[in-house]
Amino acid sequence: MNLKNAFVNRSNFLPAIARFRETGISIFILLLIVAVTLRNPSFLTADNFTDILLNISILVIVALAQAMVIITRGIDLSVSSMIGLVAMMTAFFANQYPDMPIFIIVLLGMALGAILGMFNGLIISYGKVPPIIATLGTLSIYRGLIFFYSQGTWINPFELPKDLKLLTKGTMLGLPNAVICAIVVALIVYYFLNHTRPGRDIYAVGSNPEAAEYSGIRTKRVIFLVYLISGIACGLAAVMWVSRYEAAQTNTAQGFELQTVAAGVVGGVNISGGVGTVPGVLLGTFLLGIIENSLPLLHISPFWQLAAQGLLILIAVVSDSFISRSVQRKE
Amino acid sequence: MIKSNASLDMESKSSTLVNEFAPKRPFLERFERWEWILVALIIIVVILNSRLSPYFLDAQNLSRTSSGFMEIGILMLPMVFIIISGNIDLSVASNLGMSASLMGLLFNLGVNIWVAAFAAILLGTCGGLLNGYLIARVKLPSLVVTLGTYAFYRGLAYVFLGDQAARDYPEAFTYLGQGKLPGTLLPFSVALFVVLAIIFGLVLHKTTFGRYLFAIGNNQEAAIYSGVPVARIKIMLFTLSGFISSLVALVLAARFGSTRPDIGTGLELTVITAVVLGGINIRGGFGTMIGAALSLILIGLVRFGMGLVSIQGQVQGVVIGMLLILSILLPSIFREIFASGLRANRNSILSVLAITALFVMFFIFFFWSRATPLIPGS
Repeated sequence: MNLKNAFVNRSNFLPAIARFRETGISIFILLLIVAVTLRNPSFLTADNFTDILLNISILVIVALAQAMVIITRGIDLSVSSMIGLVAMMTAFFANQYPDMPIFIIVLLGMALGAILGMFNGLIISYGKVPPIIATLGTLSIYRGLIFFYSQGTWINPFELPKDLKLLTKGTMLGLPNAVICAIVVALIVYYFLNHTRPGRDIYAVGSNPEAAEYSGIRTKRVIFLVYLISGIACGLAAVMWVSRYEAAQTNTAQGFELQTVAAGVVGGVNISGGVGTVPGVLLGTFLLGIIENSLPLLHISPFWQLAAQGLLILIAVVSDSFISRSVQRKE
Repeated sequence: MIKSNASLDMESKSSTLVNEFAPKRPFLERFERWEWILVALIIIVVILNSRLSPYFLDAQNLSRTSSGFMEIGILMLPMVFIIISGNIDLSVASNLGMSASLMGLLFNLGVNIWVAAFAAILLGTCGGLLNGYLIARVKLPSLVVTLGTYAFYRGLAYVFLGDQAARDYPEAFTYLGQGKLPGTLLPFSVALFVVLAIIFGLVLHKTTFGRYLFAIGNNQEAAIYSGVPVARIKIMLFTLSGFISSLVALVLAARFGSTRPDIGTGLELTVITAVVLGGINIRGGFGTMIGAALSLILIGLVRFGMGLVSIQGQVQGVVIGMLLILSILLPSIFREIFASGLRANRNSILSVLAITALFVMFFIFFFWSRATPLIPGS
């Protein structure tokens, strides 16, 4: 009885937060756009918006995977190190075999990412290590492996094959490939989360793990799956990272994990699990992108960026908790 | 008299709480204390280290290394409290960076160093208070709050100092980090750590406050119903953590003799590793201060040994990360085996084999394509 009540309650008020959050953040984005444009009209141009989209395309892919992890009540802090390690390995490979077709490099990146993500998934789901501890550990393990792998060297732009560099920069339908890739990933994740069984299981496990277990969902498998997906997404993101920035260094993507969490949390993904939508994450990512883009236009020191991200996370979670409390009170 | 009665009463209450709600730990109970395992490991590492290098058992060397490790030790003390109470504080290193950067900024502006240091401690304590307020009063999970402030405080460090650095601190100040107690080889920071560790240990194990922490970590609801002022204690904990972070900020800035906004980045990882490796349950409710201190010594010795055979600092992160994961994974695996025995069927063996094969393939590729040293970018 108790269990059932908890389930019903959550399923009633949590989507309400998500809906409220999506409208709230949309309004906030619009206000921000108006404010920045008033200060600096060059913000509201097609070129600048293509620029913003290009800048957030990698973040979108990883943030969507991170959102799935957070929906199951977990967190994956190791994404930045996975991206760094896979970027380094694929860049070395591409450097040694410049004639390799590009899709093989992409597949290689995703396979390497999958193995790293699998390691996370195993120790978290079957080894019962709390996600925060496990991924904090692999954050430093994978980052250390980058140094061990590269021996302190790095890959320069001229050492990469041209095809790889063009992978994200070529355009299709007037948009850069990277943006199109992000859109395709978002559509796939949207379909996966809303219209497939494993996708719905992810929400079920996050809303109430015991209830999910009783209703026949194999929670361990679902949790393993989300970390695996996170690894694959990071592998793809890593190849895009190499292609976009034309380099692989030992500090590639350091600190990126925070942006992926921020994008999700700001976009209404609830850190205590069970809630989060693809449009929400996209809005959250877009907001981060706008802030990053507008700071220099407003002549604000770029050093404010990290502080602004942290503040956004805090504001998002505090407002979430007030909203959910008021929704609960109404019921 | 009345007060002591009340506290005695409380103590017996919370101890029944502990007994009733403590998770079953057949394996750990059978093995008795995790601390003995740590002692054994420490002895092994000491023997290995002295085999590896004749410079290991050199007093000068040991004293220098230990002073470099005490910042982590001091940061660890409030973290032990926080983790035992079932929370976590990811923002300690960022708070440290924020306080140190504020001090650097003020010092660069010509403010007296001690005034600047006082301002830094004030800011760090307020940072901790903000964490505690959001966690206890707004009732947000500590993980999210401190993840947010992890970014926010580090961001403020960059806002304060930007790409500048503060240096040339007066000698009286650098004593905090570089000085030794008069007439001995004992660094000041080690003495500070030892004093604080004893105080924190006594508070944890000998006072009502300490009992409350275990009670909250074991079962927060039950603690609230039995009259433990949970919200107030949480605020105190995180404020204390902020205060200690800013104190360590002074020690670290004094040892480096300069401050950059990235000071102390990533320290939280080693701190949490030390706590968890010390046998303190990451889900709260169980652990000892002695265990934490022993694991600190162990980690210090392991890193020292790796330094002796010149393993890069970043590669040392692999070992520390492995230690962190294994210290939780191994007891949990053993517990499973002790509890239910190995249930192997064909499917599970096949999946274990498949997974092992994948990891082997990964490392074959890893070593095959790895860079050869000294030839840049090939």
